Formats: sequence, C-alpha cells, structure tokens
Amino acid sequence: MTMQQLREIGRAFIRRPAGIVGLIMLLVVVLVAIAAPWLAPYHPKDKIDVSPGDLLTPPDSEHLLGRDDAGRDVLSQLIYGARVSLTVGFVASFMSMVIGTTIGLVAGYRGGRIDSLSMRLVDFLLVIPDLPLMLVIISMWGRGLWKIILVIGLLGWTVTARLVRSQVLSIKERCYILRARVIGASHYRIAARHILPQVMPLVIAEAVLAVSGAIIAESSLSFLGLGDPTLVSWGMMLNFAFERAISRRAWWFLLPPGFAIVWVSVGLILIGSTLEEIVNPSLKTHHLFDPRRMMARIAGRVPKEPAPDHTALVETERAE
Amino acid sequence: MQQSNYLIRKVLFGLVTLAVVVGFNFALFRILPGDPVKAIARSPRLTQEMREKLRVEFGLDKPVFLDLERLKTGDVIGAFDTQFTAYINALLHGNLGISFRSRRAVSEILAERVWRTVVLVAAGETLSLVLGITLGLVAAWRRGTRADMGILLYALFSWGLPTFFLGIILLILAQGLLPVGGMVTPGLKPEDGWVYWTDVGKHLILPTLTMAIIYTSSYILIMRSSVMGVLSEDYILTAKAKGMSTFRILRSEALKNAMLPMVTIAALNLAYTVGGAIQVETVFSWPGVGRLMYEAVMTRDYPVLQGTFLLLAVAVIVANLTADILYSVLDPRVKAG
Repeated sequence: MTMQQLREIGRAFIRRPAGIVGLIMLLVVVLVAIAAPWLAPYHPKDKIDVSPGDLLTPPDSEHLLGRDDAGRDVLSQLIYGARVSLTVGFVASFMSMVIGTTIGLVAGYRGGRIDSLSMRLVDFLLVIPDLPLMLVIISMWGRGLWKIILVIGLLGWTVTARLVRSQVLSIKERCYILRARVIGASHYRIAARHILPQVMPLVIAEAVLAVSGAIIAESSLSFLGLGDPTLVSWGMMLNFAFERAISRRAWWFLLPPGFAIVWVSVGLILIGSTLEEIVNPSLKTHHLFDPRRMMARIAGRVPKEPAPDHTALVETERAE
Repeated sequence: MQQSNYLIRKVLFGLVTLAVVVGFNFALFRILPGDPVKAIARSPRLTQEMREKLRVEFGLDKPVFLDLERLKTGDVIGAFDTQFTAYINALLHGNLGISFRSRRAVSEILAERVWRTVVLVAAGETLSLVLGITLGLVAAWRRGTRADMGILLYALFSWGLPTFFLGIILLILAQGLLPVGGMVTPGLKPEDGWVYWTDVGKHLILPTLTMAIIYTSSYILIMRSSVMGVLSEDYILTAKAKGMSTFRILRSEALKNAMLPMVTIAALNLAYTVGGAIQVETVFSWPGVGRLMYEAVMTRDYPVLQGTFLLLAVAVIVANLTADILYSVLDPRVKAG
C-alpha cells in the first residue's frame, strides 16, 4: 500500500457519510476507554460500603446510571468495560488478520498441496460451530482475558485466508509478477513486495469488520458466564443483569451495556463496509432498474463535473 | 464419473471432519486441566488401593492412544486396548458418559432435549430464509433507492447486534403479551393435544423472532449480491426486450438462478445458528440442548458439555454434507468441485 493509495482511500472515505459516522462512533468509545480513570466517577475495584437499600437503585445525581446488584456504580463499569471490549476486539482481530493473510498468501502463491491442505483446514473450521467450541475450550481451559483473545483470534482467520487466497490467485497471473520473476526476484520478495501491498486494503477492511465480530463473540462468552472474572466487561454486566436484575426491571443495569456493544460494533461495521466499498468496487449495473431515474438521483447528489477544458490539454501537450 | 468423484470426495471430507472432531473432543478433555475423573482418581483422601481401583474402573491405567510396549512384542490387537479405543467403543454404543449433576446418561438427556432445539432452529432458519430471500431480492431490484438503503441499514444494524441482547430486549418488550420463558405453560401435557401445541407455538414466537431478526441479515446480503449478478446478465436484457414483465423476470429468472447458492449458505449458516440457539435458549429458558450447554458450563458438568458439543458439531457437519450432495444434484455444473 503506497502513500498515494492511502491518500486516495482517505479522500474517498471522507466523502462517504456512513464511514464518517462509523469513525466518530468508534472514536467516542476509544476516547472513553483511554480516559476511563478520569471519566469514571468510581473505580470498579474500589471497596465500597453498601447497605441492602443500595442494591439496584435507579439512577440519581450521584449514580447517573444507578447501581448494580452489588451496589456498584453502573456508569463506571460501563466506562471501564470499553477497555475490555476494545482490547479483545483489536488484538483478536489482529491475530486473525496476520494468520489469515499469511495462510492465504502462501496457499494462493504456492498452490498445489499446501493450497489444498490449507483450504481443507478452512473448510473444516467453517463447519465447526464457533460458539459451542469456544464454550468448551474456555470452560475446560479456565477463564481469562488472554485465553478468550487467543480462542477468538485462532478461530477467526478463515474468512481472511479465503479472501487473500482468491486475490492472490488473480494477482499472480499478472504481467508484472511474471516480469519480476524473470528479473530474478525471489518468491519471498514477490509475495511481500508485489502481492501483499495489493491485497492489504481488502485485508484491512475485513479486519475492521472482524473487530466487531470479536467484540460480539467476547460479549456472548461473557454473557454465558465465561468472561474473565477479574475484569468487568459489557457482556459480563449483561450476565449479572440478566440473572438478577431483569425481574426487578432494572433497565439502567440491563440496557446500557447492551447498547454499548451495539454502538461500537455498528460503528466498526460502518467503517469496515465503507472501506470495503472503496477498495473493492464492483459497480455493476443491472437491466431491471430504470436508468433514467438512477441518473437523476446520481445527478441530484453529485455536483456536476466541470466540462473538460480541451485548451488546457492541448497546452500541456505542447509543453511536453 | 466426475459427478461421483465429487460426491466421494465430499463424503470423505465429511468423514475426516467427523473423525477430527471426535479426536479433538477426546483429546481436549484429557489434555486440559480440570478433568474431574482424573481429579477424583488422584484424590489424596483415598487409599492407594482405592485410587488404583478407580483408575482401573475409569480405564485410566491404560495408555492414552497406543500401547507401544505391546506393539513391540507383536501384540497388534492388544496395542489398541487404550483409552482412546475405549472412548470410541463407548461412543459407537451411544454411551456419552454420565452427567455429574443429574447422574443420568448424557445420551438420554440429549435425546430428550434435541428435538426442542431442532424445532427452534428449523423455525428460525425458515423464517430468516424467507425474509432474507424476499428482502434481498427487493434490495437488488431497487438498488440505490430508499428501500435498498433501508434494507441494507437493517442488515448492518442486526449484524452488530448480539443475539442474546436482542432476545433480552424482545423479552422486556413482550412481557405480559407473550410467554417469555420455557416451552410450555406448566401443567399442560402433550396429551392435551391442540391446547398443548398452540401453547408451545406461542412460547416459540419470541425465540424464533430473535433468531430470524439476527440471521436474516446474512441471507439478505448474499441474496442481494447474487441477484445483482444475475440481473446484470445479458439474458435479463433479452427477456426485458421481449416484453416480459419485471415481476415475471424477477420470479422466473432472477429468483431461480440466485436461489442455488442459498442451499450452501443456509447449511454453512447452521454453524452460526447453533451458537445463536445457545444464546436464545438461555435467554428464553427454552429447554433444548443450547440451554443444556449453558447449564453444563455453569455447573461444570463436563460429560454433558462434551456430549452436547459433539452432538452440535456432528449435526452441522452432516447438514453441510447433505447440502453439498443436494447442491451437486440441483446444479449439474458442480463436478470438479
């Protein structure tokens, strides 16, 4: 990926409202996670004095989102929970990205037995139900943040591997790869310098989408009671809320963590799908849609391009 | 010839997948710490003699995979008298162990519960397929319009929505209107006939809806892109030029050609759907195998956990194999794989 490419992607990105909205949604959560110690009114691990009357109290001026079933401030847990979700999401997705890109690159470039073997592995992992497998592994292995990240990261690379492989298969037939080969470039050099930069934009778009998948996977595991017991994550808050607060109609404990998960994952999906749209343009039109109406819509949205100035073109030709 | 080759390859791959899952299931519960049988057999509160007896009873005195000592002496059959073969043997006899909690055979518990999950997953998949195909078709046909944008936004949003959280929201919203927990109102029995089954149907509404809202999105996106592919083909233009109505083109050409990939996608989606079933069953106390898995996690009931995982994995693998075979029958072009 050259600087030129990056700049182009960036320019296309800021022209799309969906991408901007997604970026803002994600940035809010990132800032909250970084500034958690200053933003949160209480620390989730502080020793607190509670009387039975303090449990599951509704929001008031002291506790803006009320208290949970242990008398702790819900807002503070929500703020610290952003750290868990983002850590799991980004680290696990990065792991999947590295593994998936490597396997996809090697499989697509080398072909042959390595290719068919790794694609069978992908097929295998695609058929195994993810969540039950994660449940079994974590409950046998023990609960912990790094175990959750490892399990999600090691199971989530299949889509990336397939994507990269199919791209590599078409790229490696192009003339410039053949030329590089003739000049005597090594396989490693061709893969790393000529093919990888071509697939990187797609891989990154896919990785952004995978972050939201990992965040949702972590929250599901935590909701099912397998979150890291030393940390408060949004999924675990929902687990406690569902077990103990739903009959008390404690919406202040139940809804915020859920909407936080939706907020960050929708933000990531908006970013990821906008990126995908930019780097993977399959702008096919079809024959059933009234083209005049389509043109009218497009014309209404996009400002008219100025008519090409032929004199300028002639001038530059002369200058050369 | 090629057709049968394709089928043989698919069946072989299915069998290998099954073998790996069984091997994994066996290995996981022996490698990872926390196997309670081992813990009991090692307990210092027992006498040495008692421990030895327990080890023999659980088969822990045997080697794990292969008895190399006996293999060296030429006793090939005896070499396979191991923990692994004992496990396979038990599995082939439908013996999945005894639940720690209820002291009942795991296979018995599973048999009792599995149809409830089948009903839930079938209802959820059917509804989301119908919705997904319709909405995807509309979105592709009206590409770029407000309808398309609306459908896409819905797909994006539901993609970012955890299944269990949607379940909780629906549960709160429907409180008082619909039954929110369990499979049937306590007291009713299957002998009550019609009353019983309508009651089960009512209990099924919320779990099915939750699954459908989540799993429709992937069908929409795939249907949309595959219909768009079909609609850009020249024969659609030909049909249009011949004066075929849009509705007929959509129904007879676009739908027919875009439906084929849905068979494979629906089967592959099953791997996610069973994960969704665990969450939905947990939220709505639906007494199927998903809820069972959650309870097994909570109570560290490892034999049940292991048995449930094996059942779910085998079900998904077999469903995918069936879909592959069905696909090759429906679409004769699939030969080389």
